[in-house]
Amino acid sequence: MSRDGAAALLEVRVSHKDYLSGGGRPQRALENLGFSLPVGRAGAVVGPSGCGKTTLLRIIAGLDTEFSGAVTLPAGGRLGMVFQEPRLLPWRSVIDNLRVAAPQASEEALAALLAALELKEHAQHFPGELSLGLARRVAIARALAIEPDLLLLDEPFVSLDDALARDLRARIAALIDERHVTTLIVTHDLREAIELADVIFLLSPRPARVGATLDVATPRRLMTREAADALEARARREIEAMRGR
Amino acid sequence: MIRLLSLALLLAFWQGAALFSDPRRLPGPLPVFEAIAHEAESGALFTNLAATLARVAAAFLLAMSLGAALGYAMGRRRALDRLFDPWLVILLNLPALVVIVLAYLWAGLTEAAAVGAVALNKLPNAIVVMREGARALDHELDEMADVFRLRPAARLRHIVLPQLAPYIAAATRSGLSLVWKIVLVVELIGRSNGVGFEINMAFQLFDVRLLLAYAIPFVLLMLAVETLLVQPFERHVSRWRRRPARGQGFA
Repeated sequence: MSRDGAAALLEVRVSHKDYLSGGGRPQRALENLGFSLPVGRAGAVVGPSGCGKTTLLRIIAGLDTEFSGAVTLPAGGRLGMVFQEPRLLPWRSVIDNLRVAAPQASEEALAALLAALELKEHAQHFPGELSLGLARRVAIARALAIEPDLLLLDEPFVSLDDALARDLRARIAALIDERHVTTLIVTHDLREAIELADVIFLLSPRPARVGATLDVATPRRLMTREAADALEARARREIEAMRGR
Repeated sequence: MIRLLSLALLLAFWQGAALFSDPRRLPGPLPVFEAIAHEAESGALFTNLAATLARVAAAFLLAMSLGAALGYAMGRRRALDRLFDPWLVILLNLPALVVIVLAYLWAGLTEAAAVGAVALNKLPNAIVVMREGARALDHELDEMADVFRLRPAARLRHIVLPQLAPYIAAATRSGLSLVWKIVLVVELIGRSNGVGFEINMAFQLFDVRLLLAYAIPFVLLMLAVETLLVQPFERHVSRWRRRPARGQGFA
């Protein structure tokens, strides 16, 4: 069960995760890190660059299995992931990239996704023909095409200019709301987290653990700028307190 | 156009050299073309070309399929690479003639020995090229396939083979030219038909005209394979590379 009593889709309990530093000495990346994410909610893991956010996401995605602890997901649950780099197949067209990842998806469903992300005119293009912003949108469409039980987003707005990032955030927020996809996003940007998430997990500096959890009580679409500012200020106080500990 | 001009120059050079040579040592293009026509009319040219081509195809397919599988495995598994790398170095440095003679000594003057010997000569080259291809596979795409739980067949078709395609094309190109040359040696030593066998006959009879009458059509056949099969395959698998980037944003 999650904090608010709803059934948790994702339970993360990492007692520790070590990695070898450049000098070959073991370094602790994560320690006593735990949280849960209820079905249909969007969570954001926020922390400074290099604190272990991507490591955590890789553990949840099953790409890193060398850690002590457990990640609980529904058996057979589908996972969609948007990596920092789009990781599209350069030799397949946009629509074929979606078909490869989601062979069970109907052509209508894929067409609807492309339309929602304004990618229809690019369906037959190869990834090498697309800008980074367009390629990111294709990666998001691919992750949603499999109708995931859990959608993982790893800094999906990094390297995009402000206008593009804002546009993409709005599209992702709309898609998450519309499809009720349980989503976990990792980001270093508090504002991004506030715009997208229902609950924010603030990570401490290394070894990372969840130092504070903030509920974004107001539905995203109704949140005023003042409320967002207040939440951001509260998060910053928590981060300062974590640094002081 | 320049290629045609180049070929015409070569023919002119050949004709010029023939004019100043003993016609038994270097016949001109015309007598050679007459000999080609004669061999074609009797059907011997096509029978021998077909026999050689069949050996080239069998040895090439055997070497490429084995080489691709072993090279991929060695490129992906470091332990396998360490285990078999010394074997590979030995095979790479083993003279083709030694392999051919040993194959005939151990397996007799049979078709299997001939094809096996040629395949074994090509095998290390195919392994080395495919191992490089496997080493260069994009780890990030592997992870993407893991997360999206792509089935092994889909992974092979959509992720592995497209990345290996340039290496397959390179191994095909170098492999074909190597295989057909070795096939001629194998035929010369231990077969009773094929272009190599006919070249041996021409050598015994000191008949340069007959030798060229078999060598030229075979070279042309291999050029046709290269131009009509290998190059279009290369173009097909790399068609996605030639497109310019487009679209700067969301507009």
